[in-house]
Amino acid sequence: MKSPARRTSYGAEGAPYAHPSPTTTLRRARSAPYLFLVPAAVLFLLFFALPIGYAVWLSFRKVRVSGLGLGSGAREEVWAGLENYTGALSDSELLSGALRVLGYGCIVVPVMLGLALLFALMLDSERVRLAPFTRLAIFLPYAVPGVVAALLWGFLYLPDVSPFFYVLDGLGLPQPDLLDGGPLYLALSNIAVWGGTGFNMIVIYTALRAIPAEVYEAAKLDGATPLQIALRIKIPMVAPSLVLTFFFSIIATLQVFNEPTTLKPLTNSVATTWSPLMKVYQDAFGKGDIHAAAAQATLIALATLVLSFGFLRAANRRTKQEAAR
Amino acid sequence: MSSLTLHEAEPAAGTARRPARRRGTALVPTVTLLLGALYCLLPVAWVVIASTKSGSELFSTFTFWPGTGFTENVSDLGTYRDGVYWQWMGNSALYAGLGALLSACVSAVSGYALAIHRFRGRETLFNVLLAGVLMPPVILAVPQYLLLAKADLTDSYLSVLLPQILSPYGVYLARIYAAAAVPADVVEAGRMDGAGEWRIFTRVALPMMVPGLVTVFLFQFVAIWNNFLLPYIMLSDDEKFPITLGLYTLLEQGASTPALYTLVITGAFLAVFPLVALFLVIQRFWSLDLLSGAVKS
Repeated sequence: MKSPARRTSYGAEGAPYAHPSPTTTLRRARSAPYLFLVPAAVLFLLFFALPIGYAVWLSFRKVRVSGLGLGSGAREEVWAGLENYTGALSDSELLSGALRVLGYGCIVVPVMLGLALLFALMLDSERVRLAPFTRLAIFLPYAVPGVVAALLWGFLYLPDVSPFFYVLDGLGLPQPDLLDGGPLYLALSNIAVWGGTGFNMIVIYTALRAIPAEVYEAAKLDGATPLQIALRIKIPMVAPSLVLTFFFSIIATLQVFNEPTTLKPLTNSVATTWSPLMKVYQDAFGKGDIHAAAAQATLIALATLVLSFGFLRAANRRTKQEAAR
Repeated sequence: MSSLTLHEAEPAAGTARRPARRRGTALVPTVTLLLGALYCLLPVAWVVIASTKSGSELFSTFTFWPGTGFTENVSDLGTYRDGVYWQWMGNSALYAGLGALLSACVSAVSGYALAIHRFRGRETLFNVLLAGVLMPPVILAVPQYLLLAKADLTDSYLSVLLPQILSPYGVYLARIYAAAAVPADVVEAGRMDGAGEWRIFTRVALPMMVPGLVTVFLFQFVAIWNNFLLPYIMLSDDEKFPITLGLYTLLEQGASTPALYTLVITGAFLAVFPLVALFLVIQRFWSLDLLSGAVKS
């Protein structure tokens, strides 16, 4: 018997006809989506769900050392209840790290999104020149790894190699230490703003371009200035993308790790526990206390979820109120 | 840019209000954007010039004055610890290239199933996958390390590659792209012809999804290439380091021996170069519109 030539086998049934009956097709169509999702589901379970569950489990455990802690059986893992959490919440280092990141976020998020919105509106305005070039240039830092960005700016903050200090020196002006105290916040914020503005600008600009031109026509005929059009029409219409960029910026800011870690070798004023995530890393791998680290990590995850979803809900409520008006 | 020309309709009423040149350049937006571009290009311009300086020139000559040591710096970098720098670059290319390719494949097949098929639990599955975006990487990376340590997989190529294959954002993009680009009747026609679901996907839907998948690939490529935290936690053998981690360790050593600074700077320049070049070449193929979820249907 000669079965029809099939380049791919696409059914377990191995039916010897080219056109399977409608029922088998239907059955395949039913099971197919689940099979298609197997790779994603397996990866999700192994690298997202399992680690999260494991972290939560660890956060409720601790190591009890009996005697001098020598020999096998001297260290055993026991149930800790909420001990690690109370420990984390009363940890002054973690708290000051959280405050530092909050201060940092209060600079980064408004400045970065403000600039992104400004540039997007400028790109979308009439008779602007060199727009393709400037758009690409402002987007370019997105392609630069955070570590490399921090490294580049880190050198630009160093008096010995920086052009800014060269100019200040030439003018006889005082030279601030950018890597200490208050200026350190600005120095770190600047790196994040530099790296993130372009991406957010593109997101907002895309939303601006999606607004149909007719929307402006009436306002223009009424003699509205470009500024009025931007404030009264364009910004309200791109509000959803502003909410989206805000949401992702908050998450990214709370997780800051790379930039302060990279600046650390250049200055003594970035502590190994500067941001909460650095503290988690330090506790897990520096001190080897994975249980305390797991509790802190869980708290940071919860804080991130509460803050970001709280913001989303507040934003949604406002949109609904405006729609109701 | 077509929308910009649409706005050019002559507003008769507006002329009196704004006597400025109607046909000329809009100064404020152009200058603002040029200042923004200057700010964004400044560190890049600095690293290009600084990488040409020899160790002594770096600290003595004006910052934006090119030096004479570029070729020497590159060869010094190449011989540093038996060429470990190029090993890092190769590793980054491997992690990012292979990781992004696998990620695009997983996103394609899952996004397609979520967009085209109707099945029970679809939205729940999608939402659970998406929630992964919100998880701070360190919350994942520390337990990932501990779990991989149990499987004896830490400090291996796989430990950096595997956790980065599933990209919730990639699945999301692939889904909205498939929903817009693959018409339901084409899939239905395939079924009528008796083609299996897998065949319909690979032969019919996949080619239609290519532009969206390019975006997923590039997005994940950049994410993996730029990732620092995961390899920082997973790896200890510097032969397996990606470029970000390698440069960081170089900088750390440079803190005690400033002679290494020229190597760090040249290394940073060469590390930025491929990604920027990649961007410039393929930005026209990259539908950035997708990033904000806008799909023309």
